[in-house]
Amino acid sequence: MTVSGRESRAGLLFLLPWVIGFLAFTAGPMLFSLWLSLTHYDMLKPPAFVGLENYREALADERVGTALWNTVFFTALHVPSQIVLALGLASLLRRAGRGSGFFRTVLYLPVMTPPVALAAMFLLLLNGQHGAVNRFLGWFGFQGPNWTTDPVWIKPGLVVMGLWTVGSTAVLYLAALTRVPVERYEAARLDGASPWRQFWHVTLPGISGTVYFTVVVNTIASLQVFTEAYAMFFGARAKQSAEGDAALFYVIHLFQEAFGSLRMGYASALAWGLFAVIAVITAVQVRLSRRYVHYEGERS
Amino acid sequence: MRGFPLTAVLVVPVLVAAGCGGLGSDRSDALVTMGFGLPDEHATARVAVFREANPGVDLRISEGAFDEQQFLSAVAAGDPPDLVYAERRKLGGYAARGAVQSLDACVREHGVDLGVFREAALRQVTYEGEVYGLPEFSSVRLMIVNNPVVRAAGLDPAALSTSDWAGMGEVADRLARVGDGRVERIGFDPKVPEFLPLWAKANGAELIGPDARLDDPRVVEAVRHTTDLVARQGGWASFKAFRDTFDQFGADNQYVTGRLAAMPMDSWYINTLATNSPDADVTITPFTDRDGQVLTESGGQAWAIPKGARHPELACRFLVTMTDARTWVTAAIARRDALAGAGRPYGGTFTGNRVADERIFREVFAPAGNPILEQGVPVVLSLQDKAFALPPSPAASELVRAWEGAVNRVLVGQQEPEEAMAQAQREAERALKRVGGR
Repeated sequence: MTVSGRESRAGLLFLLPWVIGFLAFTAGPMLFSLWLSLTHYDMLKPPAFVGLENYREALADERVGTALWNTVFFTALHVPSQIVLALGLASLLRRAGRGSGFFRTVLYLPVMTPPVALAAMFLLLLNGQHGAVNRFLGWFGFQGPNWTTDPVWIKPGLVVMGLWTVGSTAVLYLAALTRVPVERYEAARLDGASPWRQFWHVTLPGISGTVYFTVVVNTIASLQVFTEAYAMFFGARAKQSAEGDAALFYVIHLFQEAFGSLRMGYASALAWGLFAVIAVITAVQVRLSRRYVHYEGERS
Repeated sequence: MRGFPLTAVLVVPVLVAAGCGGLGSDRSDALVTMGFGLPDEHATARVAVFREANPGVDLRISEGAFDEQQFLSAVAAGDPPDLVYAERRKLGGYAARGAVQSLDACVREHGVDLGVFREAALRQVTYEGEVYGLPEFSSVRLMIVNNPVVRAAGLDPAALSTSDWAGMGEVADRLARVGDGRVERIGFDPKVPEFLPLWAKANGAELIGPDARLDDPRVVEAVRHTTDLVARQGGWASFKAFRDTFDQFGADNQYVTGRLAAMPMDSWYINTLATNSPDADVTITPFTDRDGQVLTESGGQAWAIPKGARHPELACRFLVTMTDARTWVTAAIARRDALAGAGRPYGGTFTGNRVADERIFREVFAPAGNPILEQGVPVVLSLQDKAFALPPSPAASELVRAWEGAVNRVLVGQQEPEEAMAQAQREAERALKRVGGR
């Protein structure tokens, strides 16, 4: 089947609105920020070219190190916990039978909560002295930590809060689980495979493409964590609630430099630094995926 | 359908262009404000005064809190609002950075007597001898003591002082109730890091200024003193988590429930207490320095005209009207009458205009026997002209972030006060070097 010149032109024309949008709202601003990262720019005076000074400063900035560590630490906790819980919930949903539609809706509803409302709600739920989470733990004889004020527990607290939106990942897993051919389980059972071995050798390879996708997407989202943490620890309540630097994530530091200190050039350099970190981590994930991810119809 | 792609190509740029609206208006009679709302008669009555005197002006009040990012983006894009209403501390920094215009010509043309404004309030919006904003409300910081709690500990509320730093720890111990990792009452809340300028000043040190240093031993001592107070009352994590449970703006606030014995606080809170818990038994006294002298810090908002505003003459007329003593008195009367209609007392309006305050508290003030107002308002009035204010600095945001970050690191036990303030000083020096300020 060949594509005529006219069809090809029509195709390109259909693509053009997106291309214009991409150039105007993504590529253009990215290139502009790359230029700004080589300047001093406070929004009030024209940018002044300074070469790589902003990048050198970022490498020496104590707060960049803190912010990067916090962000990577959070990501390392958040992504696995999201995936394990989502997979568990999806497995339960698959067995829900008639009520699965209802439970799917219930599971996905929390994803609709606006992030700032979520932050406000969890500040109350996670309060170390009178919060509902610690009261619940208290029923089992545990004295819960100060999730929102103790620097050691702030990031785990945010991870717990992040599980509120686990539904978005769970519905993807549910879709993937339903696509794993039943025959494979039957064959495994005939071979005497235990439920665990069925999960490890049939389910996981069968949904590895979806797992890979959610790992990449959740990792990128976690490395860019901002809204909930900012609303909880740096927003209107900032002066009363900043708990050391425990919740200083990379994008929050970037935002403070840009709009608190009006250092658009430095903030742009930080943004490109984060871009590089995400690119490296994603490249590693892509490389690992060649070994661990299987697709339907792929030759092994 | 053949024409559709071309239509799409043409429509997209039009939509894109249509979405690029700014904050200002090109109409010659339009006046656009930012950061100002109309929550009560203090705002609506004064706006009505302006509208009545300027019926031809299309005043557009874009209600909502001041948004620094939106404001600076608009200034950078050359499309700012005509007026901006924000904290004086921020406006001082914008003046130093050239984001707002000097009001010297405006003040001259309208014959505004700057002498009527409170010195500390005016100082916050004066940069290198030029005035960049006209002050609006004025608050000060003072002590609010919970009488029943303090008396139950065998202490005299009136004698509770912030002068004897050595003795304050023991007082806090007696007043606080902490056990088993849980705080049940805060004895004395020093309100750090936000009140650090007050504590440093109480120890004779400034945080902003030509000779100010954040690692000044007197500042370090103030940090140690205040963070020690928190540490001995359960430590920051428990202390702060407990404080977060206060219903500060409700009838079951920390004074009514006995969850707090004493703290320094902004003066506006007196009105909140008087409204929500008029029977709360409190003592309102000035904060004092280590020599026992009265000390307070001024805060509040101001009006300014952004750089590049399209209607500076109209904007000037508006901010002069809004801060004029007669306008304030009109607003105060409207506010008092509205509160009286709801059966509530009127605790006065604390402005940056001394003449306005004199008239309001002489002619309009109607505490209706509310003990908190009758006790607290004279204290606030006595402090207004004794207040200090942090001077404007082009690096104000960075400096505040540097010292607040340092205090936070000490509070959570990450650093000792000396180390934290030394780091804060390094951060402050870098920020000041970048902007060429002091």
